Amino acid sequence: MARDSVTHSERVSDRELVITRWFAAKPELVFDCFTQADLLRRWWAPKKLGVELYDMQTEPRLGGTYYFQFGPKGKPPVAFRGVYKEFVRGERLVYTQKFEPNPMAGEGLITMTFTAEDGGTAMRSSELFPSKEVLEFAISSGMEKGMRETLEQLSALLPEL
Amino acid sequence: MFETFAALAEPSRFRIVELLRGGARTVNEIGAKLDLAQPQVSKHLRVLKQAGLVEVEPRAQQRVYELRGKPLRELSQWLERYRKIWDARFEALDELLVDLEKEKTHGKR
Repeated sequence: MARDSVTHSERVSDRELVITRWFAAKPELVFDCFTQADLLRRWWAPKKLGVELYDMQTEPRLGGTYYFQFGPKGKPPVAFRGVYKEFVRGERLVYTQKFEPNPMAGEGLITMTFTAEDGGTAMRSSELFPSKEVLEFAISSGMEKGMRETLEQLSALLPEL
Repeated sequence: MFETFAALAEPSRFRIVELLRGGARTVNEIGAKLDLAQPQVSKHLRVLKQAGLVEVEPRAQQRVYELRGKPLRELSQWLERYRKIWDARFEALDELLVDLEKEKTHGKR
C-alpha cells in the first residue's frame, strides 16, 4: 500500500464533522463504491459490527434518491434517506441525509470530495448537521465518523486523571 | 455525554481542562496561566461545571476548580465505539476495492 489507510476525523464546528481517508484505488471506483447499491451492500455493513443490512437502494445520478435500512440484530431497523444534490463521478458528491425514525432530526448535508493522490484516492467527507442536537442523535446512532484527533487529545489526558 | 463533548470542543475550555489535570486552581490562577480575562474564565468554567467536568471546592477564603475524570473516561469509551464502526466499514471497503481490481483483471482475460 502506497500510503497508510488511517481514518482521520475532526470536529470543525458544533454542527460539522470532517473525515478523511485514503484508499488504494482510482477515484472513479471509490466514488462508485459510495454510490452504487450493489457495491455498497458489499462493504457498508461489515459482519464484524453485528449490524444487519435490510435494504439498500440508490439512484446514482444528479437528483436521484437513496435509502439505507439497517440495525443491530434483534432491534428495530433504522434508516438513512436523501437526495444527491451534486453528482460528479470520481470528483464530488453532495447529498442530503435524513435519519429515520426521528422526524425531529431535520436534514443533514454531506459533501464528499475524491482526489487522485499517491496512486490512490484521498476522500474527504464533511457532514453538516441541522443542529448540534441532531449531531448528538446521529453520533448516538452510529453515524459518527471517527473523531480520532479528539480521542488522541483525550487519551493523552486520561492516564493522569 | 454530548455535553462533555460540546464542552471540550471549545479550545479555551480544552486548555482549562488540560491545566486542571495538574491540580485544582482558582479562577484568577486559570486566567493568569492561560492569558484569559476573568469573566471569560468564569463563563467557560460554568459550561465545564454543567457538563460535570469540574467541581468547585472551598479552599481557605477561595474557591478552587477541580477536574472530574469520570465524564472524560465515559466520553472516550463512547467515541471509541463509534470510531470503530467507521474503521470497520473502511476496512471492508479496502477489501472490496482489492476484489474489484481482481474481478476487473479476471474479466479481461
